[in-house]
Amino acid sequence: MKKILLWGGLIVFLVILGVGLFRSQQGQVNVGEPAPDFELISFKGEKYQLSDLKGNVVVINFWASWCESCKPEAKDLEDAYQSYLSRGDVIFLGIDYVDTEPEALAYLEEFGVTYPNGPDLKTSISQAYRIRGVPETFIIDKNGTIAFVKIGPFQSLAEILSIIDPLLN
Amino acid sequence: MKRATNTWLGLSILIVLLMLSVPAAGFAQGSDPTDDDVNAVAKQLYCPVCENIPLDACGTAACEQWRGIIYDKLKEGWSEDQIKDYFVAQYGDRVLAEPPKQGFNWLAYLVPGLVFAGGSFLLYRGFDQWKKSAPAAEESAKKSLDEDPSRDVYISRVEDELKKRSGGSK
Repeated sequence: MKKILLWGGLIVFLVILGVGLFRSQQGQVNVGEPAPDFELISFKGEKYQLSDLKGNVVVINFWASWCESCKPEAKDLEDAYQSYLSRGDVIFLGIDYVDTEPEALAYLEEFGVTYPNGPDLKTSISQAYRIRGVPETFIIDKNGTIAFVKIGPFQSLAEILSIIDPLLN
Repeated sequence: MKRATNTWLGLSILIVLLMLSVPAAGFAQGSDPTDDDVNAVAKQLYCPVCENIPLDACGTAACEQWRGIIYDKLKEGWSEDQIKDYFVAQYGDRVLAEPPKQGFNWLAYLVPGLVFAGGSFLLYRGFDQWKKSAPAAEESAKKSLDEDPSRDVYISRVEDELKKRSGGSK
């Protein structure tokens, strides 16, 4: 009986350890996987549920005001948003990762970002997408599947458009 | 003369009582928190960006912003617990240096103790068995020494032990 308890405890402990290690080694959500659903409440108080946005291409950009490498792409993302605005089937969502609100709002103002942005409360969205840092961008096709993952900043507006355009056909 | 002394004594007590009550009210709100006050809260928090570095020792821009938030909240009169609750609501449980004692988190508190207790028990049992087997081994060594007095007592014990082990593994 004692032996069963001892081995049982050891196996449970090893399983927990294994699951933890597996999760930490998993890396980001990959292209072709269904995009994890989430709810984002923007800084303006609007609510966005990813599952409600099916039928649209959704661009999810993780950023933070303290992130220097997020700054160069901020204007390009806004320009891309503006260029698709009239179509209505490309949604941009900015997810502010581990940030403080006054600095985040100042950042959005500095770079003239007008598409919806909100805090990643309890870091639940970044954990669902298993991001490793910021900036990271996930582009989701109209079926709710991850079509593209960008680690690090976009280099230009043309790069962003070249990824989104094929998803609209 | 005595009356004057009593008046002065009464006044002194009144002043002391007033002095004791005023700072208590003033300290609770409005006073500028020092770096030590901020760090006392910061050391209980970890920023998810810089893993394994407590907030009071972390030099990144993100951590600086967080310390700024702690400063602002302390200035507004928030307590340590209120500030920690705010950070948990914003960034999740993992910002806490000590995870809350609930659900799966209990493992973090129980596993080290259980491992220590289990290890101690195994060690105790191992030493106990060793101790018990020592006189028997000595006896057996003595026996083989009686058979062959030229043998060294320690070598004899080692050989007996090896014989016993190889016999046991078969």
